[in-house]
Amino acid sequence: MTAAGDYRIEELLIDTIAGLIANTNHAAIGASSPIPAAAALLARERGGGRPHVSLLGSRRQTFFTDGGRELFDCASQGRIDVFFLSGGQIDGEANINLVATGDYGAPTVRFPGSFGSAYMYYVVPKVILFRLEHTRRTLVEKVDFISAPGTSPQNVYRPGGPIALITGRCLFAFDRVRRRFRLESTHPGHSNAEISENTGFDFDRPEQAQETAAPSPDTLAILRTVIAPQLFEVYPRFTANVFAGRLP
Amino acid sequence: MIVRTLEEALAPISDGCVLAVAREQSGVAMAATRALIRHGVKRLHLVTLPTSSLQADLLIGAGAIETLETSAVSLGEFGPAPRFCAAVRAGTIRMKEATCPALHAAVQATEKGVPFMPLRGLIGSDLLAHRPDWKVVDNPFGHNDPIVLLPAIKPDVALFHAALADREGNVWIGRDRELAMMAHAAAKTVVTVEKIQDENLFDDPWLAAGALGGFYVERVALVPKGAWPLALAGHYCADDLHLAEYARLAASEEGFLQYLELHVHAQRAA
Repeated sequence: MTAAGDYRIEELLIDTIAGLIANTNHAAIGASSPIPAAAALLARERGGGRPHVSLLGSRRQTFFTDGGRELFDCASQGRIDVFFLSGGQIDGEANINLVATGDYGAPTVRFPGSFGSAYMYYVVPKVILFRLEHTRRTLVEKVDFISAPGTSPQNVYRPGGPIALITGRCLFAFDRVRRRFRLESTHPGHSNAEISENTGFDFDRPEQAQETAAPSPDTLAILRTVIAPQLFEVYPRFTANVFAGRLP
Repeated sequence: MIVRTLEEALAPISDGCVLAVAREQSGVAMAATRALIRHGVKRLHLVTLPTSSLQADLLIGAGAIETLETSAVSLGEFGPAPRFCAAVRAGTIRMKEATCPALHAAVQATEKGVPFMPLRGLIGSDLLAHRPDWKVVDNPFGHNDPIVLLPAIKPDVALFHAALADREGNVWIGRDRELAMMAHAAAKTVVTVEKIQDENLFDDPWLAAGALGGFYVERVALVPKGAWPLALAGHYCADDLHLAEYARLAASEEGFLQYLELHVHAQRAA
């Protein structure tokens, strides 16, 4: 048996994200996102087959048969409820930057690019922002380049947008009307002061600081025995790194 | 048309052409890419459908790219695409920065023979601010409803790698239907395949459902392991050791040149 405190931060994040996407019909996960992918698989396991899960890059964990555009068309039709985005920079209004820091014409750091963000952020109702590194380098007051804006003016077609930001230190909820994050819970071992110190944007603080719940022994067992083998097809290196030798 | 050599197959890809290529999961013609670099192809306008990894990074590092139209270039689990990042920072390639569905939609416009395609999203993104060729109009069927129009992308050549073709030049693409979209939109399509079979793909209804008619395909060449070191789904996995070596070497200009010498120029037969 695994002792209650014996889990990795990845397992806590997977468990917390799975909680955010419970009771939805379809969660789609983009490229290079092993933790969101594991969270969606865990939510499906707990939900007895719901949500449907589409993992980009998987042959088995997706029902798409009409090429790369089907994911986006499916989102256009309102058939994707949850999607994940990240950013080299994320700011206090939930704008995300996947392109570059510094001047666009002569960047300091170049990131891979916007992927599907400049579309999916607008049309998927529950977008969860995920960025492990929680520092003033990644969570900034204002992004240098807006790959996709957190909110849009009234007249812009926008059924979707961000609901939360989860990092290696805490979980923020996003209020689309106020265009601000609120600290929802702090992961075990991290303090509110530490979060303030490492966050480049201002955010709302609850009166009583909550701690993010640790994964239960049951959850850890499901993750290590049921989810890890499913995840291996798409993320062999991540799966080996996080779950190898951790079977209960 | 089945051709005997990779060189013959690649003849339609000339300096300065608009070349459309597949994303990593759908079949990347890597042997063909190395051959293009050996031939010294120049000034390509590369369109990735909709992202790229090693293929774009190699072509950029080798100086073959003038314009890059993409929604992302990354080596995935092996980190950033080093030559892409270096070229953007040095300003040696012209970027046409996009988002995945915009590339799908703009290629689909050509497939349908229409001059543009509308797309939701994008408004308020700096992508739009850096794309003077994208226009915002008011939905003519609505009221105060701005929407972006994307001009059609017209590839001169589409290039990809697939598992199977027949003697008639029909190609089996399975569920990777964007390969069909690329081929429909491109003036010419060049395909490398793992295997060429004698039986016509259309004689088998199971295979026919996943086939691209040879009508759309200019040239097909037999190139076993043609996606190496990338994966070909259902056939072989990515060569992780090789990709890690690439990521390590390509981190510097000198290392990249060493990689080219070792794995591109030294492999005359590949």
